[in-house]
Parts: sequence; structure tokens; C-alpha cells
Amino acid sequence: MAAPSTPTGPGDASNRSLKQLVLGRRDVQDLSDTEQELPSELMTINMGPSHPAMHGTVRIVLTVDGERIVASDVQPGYLHRCFEKESEYATYTQVFPYTDRLNYVSPMINNCGWAMVAEKLMGLTGKLPRRAEYIRVIVSEMSRMTDHLTCVGASAMELGAFTPFLYLLKCREWLYELLEKVSGARLTHSYVRIGGVGKDLTPNFDAELTLCLDQIVKVMVECESMLNHNKIFRDRMAGVGAMSKDDAIATGCVGPIARAAGVDYDVRKDYPYSVYPELEFDVPVGTTGDCYDRYLVRIEELKQCIRILRQCLKQIPDGPVMVDDPRVALPAKAATYNTIESMIRHFKHIMDGIKVPAGEAYAFVEGGNGELGFYVVADGTGRPYKAYVRSPSFVHLSTASQLIHGHLIADVVPIFGMINMIGGECDK
Amino acid sequence: MSAKVLDALKAAHGAAIDSVETQHGDAIAWVVRDRLLAVATWLKSDPAMAFDAPVFATCIDRLDWKPIDVPPGPPVYPASAGWTEDRPRFEVVYQLRSTRHRHRLRLKCAVPEHDARVPSLSSLWPAFNWQERETFDMYGISFDGHPDQRRIYLYDEFVGYPLRKDYPKEKRQPLVRRDDLPINPIKVPGGHR
Amino acid sequence: MGLELTTTRLEDAAKWAKQSTLDRASNWGRKFSLFTYPFVTACCGMEFMSVAGPKYDIARFGAEFPRFSPRQSDLLMIVGTITEKQGPALKRVFDQMTEPKWVIAFGVCASTGGFYQNYHAMPGADQVIPVDVYIPGCPPRPEQVLDALIMLMDRIQSGRGHSQLRTKRDQLIAEAGPGEG
Repeated sequence: MAAPSTPTGPGDASNRSLKQLVLGRRDVQDLSDTEQELPSELMTINMGPSHPAMHGTVRIVLTVDGERIVASDVQPGYLHRCFEKESEYATYTQVFPYTDRLNYVSPMINNCGWAMVAEKLMGLTGKLPRRAEYIRVIVSEMSRMTDHLTCVGASAMELGAFTPFLYLLKCREWLYELLEKVSGARLTHSYVRIGGVGKDLTPNFDAELTLCLDQIVKVMVECESMLNHNKIFRDRMAGVGAMSKDDAIATGCVGPIARAAGVDYDVRKDYPYSVYPELEFDVPVGTTGDCYDRYLVRIEELKQCIRILRQCLKQIPDGPVMVDDPRVALPAKAATYNTIESMIRHFKHIMDGIKVPAGEAYAFVEGGNGELGFYVVADGTGRPYKAYVRSPSFVHLSTASQLIHGHLIADVVPIFGMINMIGGECDK
Repeated sequence: MSAKVLDALKAAHGAAIDSVETQHGDAIAWVVRDRLLAVATWLKSDPAMAFDAPVFATCIDRLDWKPIDVPPGPPVYPASAGWTEDRPRFEVVYQLRSTRHRHRLRLKCAVPEHDARVPSLSSLWPAFNWQERETFDMYGISFDGHPDQRRIYLYDEFVGYPLRKDYPKEKRQPLVRRDDLPINPIKVPGGHR
Repeated sequence: MGLELTTTRLEDAAKWAKQSTLDRASNWGRKFSLFTYPFVTACCGMEFMSVAGPKYDIARFGAEFPRFSPRQSDLLMIVGTITEKQGPALKRVFDQMTEPKWVIAFGVCASTGGFYQNYHAMPGADQVIPVDVYIPGCPPRPEQVLDALIMLMDRIQSGRGHSQLRTKRDQLIAEAGPGEG
């Protein structure tokens, strides 16, 4: 804007107010009639692909009328890392690291989903040892907690509430430490294997996890007290980005977004897998589908995750963690080092991969964002012929354009934050 | 549950359905390409079917399909395993779900390479809008009636369809490089936006 | 003059990029007040959040405030995989940053492409812009990031960041005048 110059409008110097004299600005009532018409062209603004909101990279080209969004074009693909093409060249076990990087805030769930689809193709569903199933549920729920903690924390930070972000990150660190003890990596675990999990839990795991959960409950109370009835938070989130139940179903929304809109769909309850039928938990369902409902659904799901984890720690049996099937399990180390047959079998497993019989299957789990599915076409070799990821973030991002329509530019931030679009999952 | 869906589908649209099968508990129906929109509309609107939730839409490229170790005994994988050279190259796959009846269905549509077009289902289920764009981007299948068919993951200057089996995995088409690197980026007049 | 200005190695840079006391003092100030531009794309962003979080506090090194405008920041942290589609955006952001500026490639995807060798993931962010410090790891542990930050600070102090050397070189060429060097 040009530097304020001495006003030359109607009215002589004696009429000018102090503000005009000092600032050189003219008030609206001093403008002549022709000058009072505001310009009315639409402006095109670009948001992204380097997004300050730390949600990965998405570019939104907004057409705005003043501050109100009239049209938008959401352009994903800035993190397209070719999961499908890479998995056609990797063995089934080598795909696990690629799956970690899909929804990188809840990596164990992606691992479990991939293991489930390979097991479905091989006919091993339901034949895993119970301990392996319980471990999978434990680490999946811990991953779901890290997902929701990150989502809520980052969204709060983008609205200016920096303290809940730091508190929730503190909780996330505790979970990362435990997951690192179990799998070896803080973030990209690659812990699950086809037929079970990689290795057993650490000896003192349940005591450590119980302590961690008790502390997380206390921090959650603090964060809820800071956010739930905070006027600024509610004003920015309530009524923003509302979605009706029918829209949610027709646009393929699943997970916390659909549940906030009133769709009672949770894969763990509707198509139960693993040991979820034996666990008691509730599924929170919202009413209006706006951002505040999505926030509340996520907070409640965190509490339900804690409930599930406590039950799992009580119910987990002892036993092996890998199914005793020579098609998928690596031989025991003692046998590998001492007998030639086991060594050859180990070699073939690693080099050729697990031979999955020809066919196709679609297996899905309840990811942090909803129904995360893997559609695999197998051709009998150790490498998948096609591996498609049904990523919930991609579907949710396609609704973003319709959600932000009519809102202000500043409303894009909470809407985008509560969609929880994870770039790795969206762009595969 | 899936058998009932398939039976009802065959009863209502016998001519449009090539074949049906069940693999690992999933119901799959092969639909003739020209009747795909009619079948899908019926699946959405019929109260006994009520497939209101779209799950995914993708494509399979059968160029390198040479399955091995197909297990002997009763044929478990009838249609996919018996692929021959003269069958169409692409299969467009749609998966649907019903919130009311809790059943799922997979629709498949064989598409030849020389005429890679399929009617778009994005008017029935908005979720397929982006997923069909993704299938177009990756495989080059064109969807008739799609409101906004353009690339979604890759940039417009990209030539080729990468998930096809004949596209080499590491063939890069860089948009920009440092001035001293020998790899030639795509030069667009006016620079890149 | 035959200025051999191709490396940032300490021995070579010491020959021609001598630091005056003013240089040393201003570099001291620069290294302890880095304003980062976290160009976050992928999973490494989670570890960046952990580094900025209370446990592995990056604020104690002075690099606390992320400035999401290239005009206001001096350290571009490329966090996560850079794809070909993202290349022009990255180049633009880097070009818009004002001198002196430094670049850290955070994570192995930004350093060399990681385990992604395909038609879209760029084999390292240094295909597009010059990088000062590379952090390996997928994702790197926060301690590794802090170690890299300390390494970068040493570079800044000795004036051997790429942009500092470029500035010095241009200054020397300008002083040498036309028709020489």
C-alpha cells in the first residue's frame, strides 16, 4: 500500500480530525461517492506447497472475494513417493518399511494392515498365535494415540495455543520411547511381520506402559481444561467446516471425520479383526461434523485407546509371537546356523520373499484416520503384482475443497488441521 | 452374505455381468463396460443393495501377468488365474460398501489397451472423482463423463503413465536442477509456476 | 588472480576467505540466533517437532523460532522427501531467502533420496540447491539433529557456509576488478 499522503479530499484543513492530521488517512465518511465503491475483483492466492502447518505438502489455490473463499483447487501429489511402484519391486517383507512411511504418525497400524492382507492371501487369518495378535493390538493402539496426540497438538498450535502442543508432545515422547524399546525405532518401526511380529515385547513392558498411561491421563486432563471451554478455541473450531452425515458417506469419509458427522462406522466394531471382539471399548460419534466435534471425537478416542491398552495388558497370554508355518516364518537362529536346510530356507525367504499364492484380496484396518485398506494382487512369486493403498487421507482431502467453501482464509487452518491429512498417506 | 449380493446382481442385470467370483471372502463381479453406469446406479439406489459408501477405485495392468504355483485342486481363482494373451490389458476395479447392510462388493471392468476408456462413476459417488483422476494419472485410463480429468499426483509436464508395467521405475523427468548438474530438466517457457 | 574457489574445506577456505574480527563477531551472533524455515514435507517432520519439543529442546541453541517466510529466515531445513513436483517450489523458496543463508538436509530422503529410487522422489535436495549439512537417518534421532546443528554452527563461525563463501568470493572478484581472475 502506498505511504499515506496528505489528504486532498473534500473538507478543508479545519475539518480534518486529529487522526487525519497525524496518520494522513481519510475516514470512510470523507470519501466522495465514487471513491466509496470497493474494488470487487476476485483474487487468486496460493497456500502451499510449503505449508507452515506442518501437515505435509499440499497446495491449495484459493480464489477469494476479500477474505471469503469462493473457489478452491486442492492439488496434492507433492509427496508422491511411488509406494505402489516400489512395492512391485520389493518382497512382501521389504514393503513393511514403505508402509511405515504412509501414515507416519501411526506407523504400526499400517504395518498391521499390510501383514493382514498378505495373511488373507495365504489363508492365515485367524491362525496367528494369540500373543502376536495382542501385541499387534497394543502397538496399534499406541500408534493411534500418537496420531491423535500429534493431530490435536498441531491443530491447537496452529490456532495459537502453543502450550497444549508442548504438553501433548511430551506424552508422545513417552510413547515413542516405549515403541523404540520394543521395535528399535522411534517413528518408522517396521515391527510387524507376516505371520506375527518381529520380536517379543521387552520384559518390563507392562509396568512401563501402565506408568506411561497414568501420566498421559493426567496430561490429558490439563490439556482438556485448557482447550475444551476456551472461548478462542471454540470460536475458531465450532461451526467451521461442518459436514452432513450423507455427505460424509457419499464422499467416502471414514474415521474420526465421519464419526464426528454422525456416521457410526468403526472397522474395529463393524468388521472386527484380530482380538478386538474380546475387548470392550466405545466408539464416540458426534453430531454436527464441524471441527470442534472432530476434536472431541479424537480426544474421546484417546481415552478409549487407553482403556483398550489397559485391557490388553491384563489379557495378553504368553506364547510364541510368530505363526509356526514354514511358508512365512524364518527358521530359528540355532537351526539356521547349524543346519544347511534351515540356512537355505532362511536364504530363500529373504531373497525371494514369502511366496503368496496367486489371487487378490482387500484387507482393511482402522487407521488413525479411518479405514486404511490394502488391495493386493498376488501372482505366486515373492513380490506383489500390484499393491494399492486405500488411504483415508486422500479421500478426506478431496472433501476439503467443499468444506472450506464460503469460509474465511483463516478457517482453512482448523479445517485442514482437523482433517488430519497426512502427506505420506495422501500422496502414497 | 456376498453370495446373496452376487445372486441378486446376476438376477437383476444378467446380461451386463460377465462373471462373478468370490476370492478370500470378497465378492467380485465382472461387468461389461458399456453397462457399468447402469449397474452402479442400480446398486446405489436399490434398497436391498444400498451401496452408498465408495471405498476405492483403481486399475490393474495385466501386461506382465504370469502367475506361478497356482494351487492344484478345485479352482479357487477362476477368472484371474486363467488370464490369456488375448484378454484386455487393464482391469478397472471399484470397491463399494453398504452402510446399512454391511456388505461389500468389488466391480471389475475389462478395458483393452487400444481403447482405454471407462464410464465415470463420480456422478454417483463423489469420492471416485479424485480416485479416477489418480487412475488416469497412473495408468492412463480415461473416464467418460468425469468433470475434471487431469493429473492429480504428477505434474502436467510428465509424459507417460508410471504405474503401467512398461514404464521403468527410475525414469525421472526432472522439472528443475542445479545449473551445474548434467541432468536436463524439462524446460518450460516462462519457468515453472 | 587464479582464485581456486571450489571447495569449502577448512584448508582451502583459510587461504582466501580470511575472517576479520568483525566477521568473527558477526558470525558468532549469526550462529546463535538462527531463524529456521522448516520446509517440512514428510515423516521427518515428526522428528522435527520432537526436536522443537520440550525434551530435545532446540531453543537452547538459539534456533527456536521458525519463521515461515523465506525473507525472515536464514536456515532452510529441508525436512523430508523432496519430489520432482516440489523442486520448483523449493528452488523458489531458496532463491527468495536473503544472504547469508544456510541449508540443512534433514533426513536421508533430503540428503540422497533415501530408499526411494523412483520416478518422482528426487535423489536428494542438493539436486536443486546447495546444502551445507546433511543429516542421515530415517528419521534421524533428535540428538543427531542437534549434533548437525552444532556442526553447522562451527561452519558458520569459521565462515565456511556455502553462501558465506559465495559472498566472500564475489566480494574478492569485485575488488580484483575487471580483466583479472
